[in-house]
Amino acid sequence: MDWGTIINNTLAGLLTPTTIAFALAALGLAMHFGFAGLLNFGIAGFMAIGAYGYAISVLTFGLPWWLGMIIGVLGSIAFAILLGVPTLRLRGDYLAIVTIAAAEIARLLFLTTAFTDVTGSADGLFGYNSAGGFTSANPFPPGSYGFGPWTYNSETLWVLTFGLGVLALCIWFLWALMRSPWGRVIKGIREDEDAVRALGKNVFAYKMQALIIGGVFGGLGGIVYAAFANVSPGVYVTSITFFIWTALLLGGAATIFGPVIGSVIFWVLQAFLSNILPELAINGILPVDGTQAATLRFVLVGIGLMLLVIYRPQGIFGDKREMTFVK
Amino acid sequence: MNFLSVGNPRRLLKLLIVVFTSLIIGLGLLTPANADTVGEEYDYAVLGNVKIEGVAVGGVRMVVEGAGYSAETLTSDDGSWLIGVPTKDVYSVTLDESTLPAGVVVLEGEPTQEVELGLSGRVVMNFFIGEGERNEVSFVDQFISRFIYGINFGLMLGLASVGLSLVFGTTGLSNFAHGEMVTFGAVAALVFGVFMQLPIWVAIPLAVIASAGMGWSLDAGLWKPLRKKGLGIVQLMIVSIGLSLTMRYIIQFFIGGGTEQLPGFDSPKISLFGAVALSSNDLYSMGISIAVIIGFAVWLIKTKTGKATRAISDNPDLAAASGIDVDKVIRIVWIVAASLAGLSGVLWAYFRPGIKWDMGTQILLLIFAAVTLGGLGTAFGALIGALIVGILVETSGMFIPSDLKYVGALVVLIGVLMFRPQGIMGRKQRIG
Repeated sequence: MDWGTIINNTLAGLLTPTTIAFALAALGLAMHFGFAGLLNFGIAGFMAIGAYGYAISVLTFGLPWWLGMIIGVLGSIAFAILLGVPTLRLRGDYLAIVTIAAAEIARLLFLTTAFTDVTGSADGLFGYNSAGGFTSANPFPPGSYGFGPWTYNSETLWVLTFGLGVLALCIWFLWALMRSPWGRVIKGIREDEDAVRALGKNVFAYKMQALIIGGVFGGLGGIVYAAFANVSPGVYVTSITFFIWTALLLGGAATIFGPVIGSVIFWVLQAFLSNILPELAINGILPVDGTQAATLRFVLVGIGLMLLVIYRPQGIFGDKREMTFVK
Repeated sequence: MNFLSVGNPRRLLKLLIVVFTSLIIGLGLLTPANADTVGEEYDYAVLGNVKIEGVAVGGVRMVVEGAGYSAETLTSDDGSWLIGVPTKDVYSVTLDESTLPAGVVVLEGEPTQEVELGLSGRVVMNFFIGEGERNEVSFVDQFISRFIYGINFGLMLGLASVGLSLVFGTTGLSNFAHGEMVTFGAVAALVFGVFMQLPIWVAIPLAVIASAGMGWSLDAGLWKPLRKKGLGIVQLMIVSIGLSLTMRYIIQFFIGGGTEQLPGFDSPKISLFGAVALSSNDLYSMGISIAVIIGFAVWLIKTKTGKATRAISDNPDLAAASGIDVDKVIRIVWIVAASLAGLSGVLWAYFRPGIKWDMGTQILLLIFAAVTLGGLGTAFGALIGALIVGILVETSGMFIPSDLKYVGALVVLIGVLMFRPQGIMGRKQRIG
């Protein structure tokens, strides 16, 4: 077995645009679920709307990249309001079902052939990064940067720098919010909604603001991912939502750095498994064929998620006292 | 059960790429591997697949004309074809009906249709072909026909929904792994009926029994210990998501990413009245669904266990205090729910037709929609909700593009939550 390649590819998983996009989306879920106690199972929808909002603004309306990205963010705000108005007054599991349904509606609308001219249907969208000027805004001259597993060309380096910048801003913003009076009210709503209402706070408005802020993080995740890869409706399936939940719960739902580190661990493990499992299969150590070996890692994600929620619902960095969803 | 055995590394690589693509890109369009191809030198292409009810037809002549360009090709053995075109323009695509097998024609629309190349530079043009006359039925006939399909679909959706609703009523769990229990039933029928070559009337009951066993073992091995451990409702819900991912990919591990068929899936259509034609499978399916649902209703209303189930749904503590063995009843509820879901999976495998590893995921949200529409935790409400969702999904295809037909049902789900969150038969105290 080629351990050099396996270790190299695994370490490369530490810092990729996908990891950053995941971390942003997981941060959004931390806002929703960890801090505000909102069960959002539609984070994939927020990502899709951010990504499509950016790509469509550039391709169909000829806007520059930064304006396109802002429109992507506005799109995810609109999506949050649309979801929040009917459901935030209802019990938690209703929000879960509505968000997952709304994310599927969004994906199916992007997938349908009825709007192929705008959405590109099943093929998705591409070419917007150069058309909107994101590529030419790259401050790094062409060449090879970094060392070892972390060697990038200037385009990837630009996406990484951009993504890390957005991520750092979001982390700072969430950190500042959660230590403000606003954050304490939000945590109070998570612990006991009625108590906060009795204090005269407008619980609905606070929940809506939390839904919007987390949704913006999710949308930014989609935009960072779109800045690197093509926009394809097949990415934003419910499985991706569940993978982000796994990353979130791994790091710790009610923490600031938990979701980020959870995403990093998730993708390093995915990179490791997707390299080692087929190797083991080819070398006859695992009695399966290569395709089955590739499927196994998703089985492991599912088992990992179950074990995590049962035995360590607070995640690696979390505090069990902050987990109101644990009885 | 190793169907995807790999001969050489290159094939392995190809398989890996195919699986990788289908995992990551999901529903992304896969270009047929051995398409019979002309004009590959051009940037744009029109492509498609010629299939009769899922079976590929080779040697069909396809012609693409337009923008001063004309080319033709014959479909390959897997039914695929691809014609490259020089410009992004409108082209007319013709399927030469004289090269189709005898008695087969283009059923919907004309054999020549126009396509326009989109942003992607590729456009898929598939014709709806089959045996019989060209489908020029009136609106009313078409509506009735789809309405009956909708009832059929709604009934099988109902089988799956009442189980989910019962589980929710008795344990408070929104079971996201319910879709995989539907898939499990279909896959069990595939194992017994195709791999073990048992006659289908033996295979289907065996598949339902296997599903019941699955329900029993899930409760015994997972849900009961977790109840004892005292996990919260949200924790249980996330566990069910983990279980759903696990089961889904285990199923893919064994049957692969392709579509499998049960024996006799292509039963001929029987003309009933007007333009309404149903296959014998559809008729059997509706008969079985109705019989099972009536049996279920009698069980729930008349038997002691059924009464106990409803008592627990109403008030678990009171039920336990009045001497009902709550754990035993919940065990039975899981067995009933899993068997009904399994049966619904078998019937749906005939309705679609085909068995795929992620079929349960596709139907899960429709099941949720049905249950919410009827009122969470009410078994008969779920049944009514399922019928409405089934009919809506099938008839909405007449008014909106057919690839959006599930959207209608999901919009209704959200609409119900806005205006009547307790559903049709639910009570208001449950919505919190």
